[in-house]
Amino acid sequence: MNKLLELKSINAAYDDKLVLKDVDLVVNQNDFVGIIGPNGGGKTTLLKVILGILKPVSGEMHVNGSTIGYLPQINQIDKKFPISVQDVVLSGLMGVKKLFGKYSPENRKRANELMDQMGILHLKKKNIGELSGGQLQRVFLCRAIISDPQLLILDEPDTYVDSNFEGELYDILDQLNDHIAIIIVSHDVGTICSHVKTIACVNQTLCYHDSNIISQEQLKAYNCPIDLITHGEVPHRVLKHH
Amino acid sequence: MNSIFELFQYQFFTNAVFAAIMASITCGIIGSYIVARRIVFISGGITHASFGGIGIAWYMGLNPILGAALFGVLSAFGIEWLSKKTDVRQDSVIGILWALGMALGIIFIYMTPGYAPNLMSFLFGNILTVGSLDLLLLLGLSILTILIFAIFLKPILYVAFDEEFAKTQRIPVHFISYLMIALVALAIVLNIRVVGIILVISFLTIPQTIANMFTKDFKRMIFGSIGFGLLGSFIGLLVSYKINAPSGATIIFSFVILFVIAKLVQLSMIAIRRKEGIKVEKIG
Repeated sequence: MNKLLELKSINAAYDDKLVLKDVDLVVNQNDFVGIIGPNGGGKTTLLKVILGILKPVSGEMHVNGSTIGYLPQINQIDKKFPISVQDVVLSGLMGVKKLFGKYSPENRKRANELMDQMGILHLKKKNIGELSGGQLQRVFLCRAIISDPQLLILDEPDTYVDSNFEGELYDILDQLNDHIAIIIVSHDVGTICSHVKTIACVNQTLCYHDSNIISQEQLKAYNCPIDLITHGEVPHRVLKHH
Repeated sequence: MNSIFELFQYQFFTNAVFAAIMASITCGIIGSYIVARRIVFISGGITHASFGGIGIAWYMGLNPILGAALFGVLSAFGIEWLSKKTDVRQDSVIGILWALGMALGIIFIYMTPGYAPNLMSFLFGNILTVGSLDLLLLLGLSILTILIFAIFLKPILYVAFDEEFAKTQRIPVHFISYLMIALVALAIVLNIRVVGIILVISFLTIPQTIANMFTKDFKRMIFGSIGFGLLGSFIGLLVSYKINAPSGATIIFSFVILFVIAKLVQLSMIAIRRKEGIKVEKIG
């Protein structure tokens, strides 16, 4: 197994408030990890550490391979910013292009292919402010994967998305998972558990659960007080012990 | 009409025209960045903080613009540095720096023996007294700004749009942020001679807001702002000469008139489109 990411006894804090305590995590090629946990439990903080946005207080982190693809929570985006859909997608290449890079016709072609795949090609000249939440999520997904990363990190991609696109999104992620390892954070425990391969429960500490079947009792044992929500069509295995 | 061309016989008027052109270019580019990034208040803080530098330089017998440049850039770095700290209320700090700069400036100017004839021109600007050193500095800044934006437009735009994502891509985000805030400070300080401390912020925001009414594209916004900047500053310059009022005030007043006209044009465009839309619907 090709190890893409390794965290060893990571402690992370904002000012003097400890948010992550002694966290270990290994992500291998073809992994599909769902991160769940209560609000304020440190899910987003964990992503920020992995992405290199937040420096951990102590601990070791190793990242193998090329750039990491990242899809942030879209409510943190300034939707009135004067930038076009096409430019947002191409900005996913800035890690490859660095400061002086120019965008080649191949880059633009690749951007067009991705936008076509996601069904947003007709919007490419539009300003991002003219898009709906679901369309915006597709734009950011294009930006996250245009650099062909080996690891893709998604922070609550299913908020502001209609259930139609939610299904599509997970289909796309399943396809990508053939050659990309994925880490996904979501509130919707039922839905992500039916798509991911393994689960990490984060509530200051991290408990790794090497399966996508998890019970309320196990969650309690992991010190992860969240409800497994029933969602009609969600596979029953999620709720086996409920 | 002839009288306008006759004006060019005077050195001061030719200087003023050059100053207006370069102010439009620098404010057009930097102002678009300020408006897009929503750092208008930060820019206001830098503007007023730099008055402290003017006062101190005046007291020490140095060139006030150089004092203002040093003060402006340092306070800009201070604000940028503080904005990275999560436990600081940035707007309060800007408010303090804003007032501190003005207070220092006034204290030092009053402590300087003799009368300070240029105080008014620092507050309200006077494009008709712009000297050759001011012009050289403005020219240098124009060239620098154009070069930086021509080469780094995409990274600048992407970092301004989503700084966290840029960090995940291992782009030198801090370097770009500090470079940009220094450019903002320099653009403000060098244009103080043209429109003055109190009014420079409107040169950095009104043409941009007008351009933003008609385009949502960053590059077009820059060109539009430069265009509206030129138009407004030429009208203001002529009015300033005709009625012998401070150029800063007349230029900003023309901007506001342009803004009102543009708003009316925009509203009527929307009304026409809506009418056509209804017609199409009826036919359909």
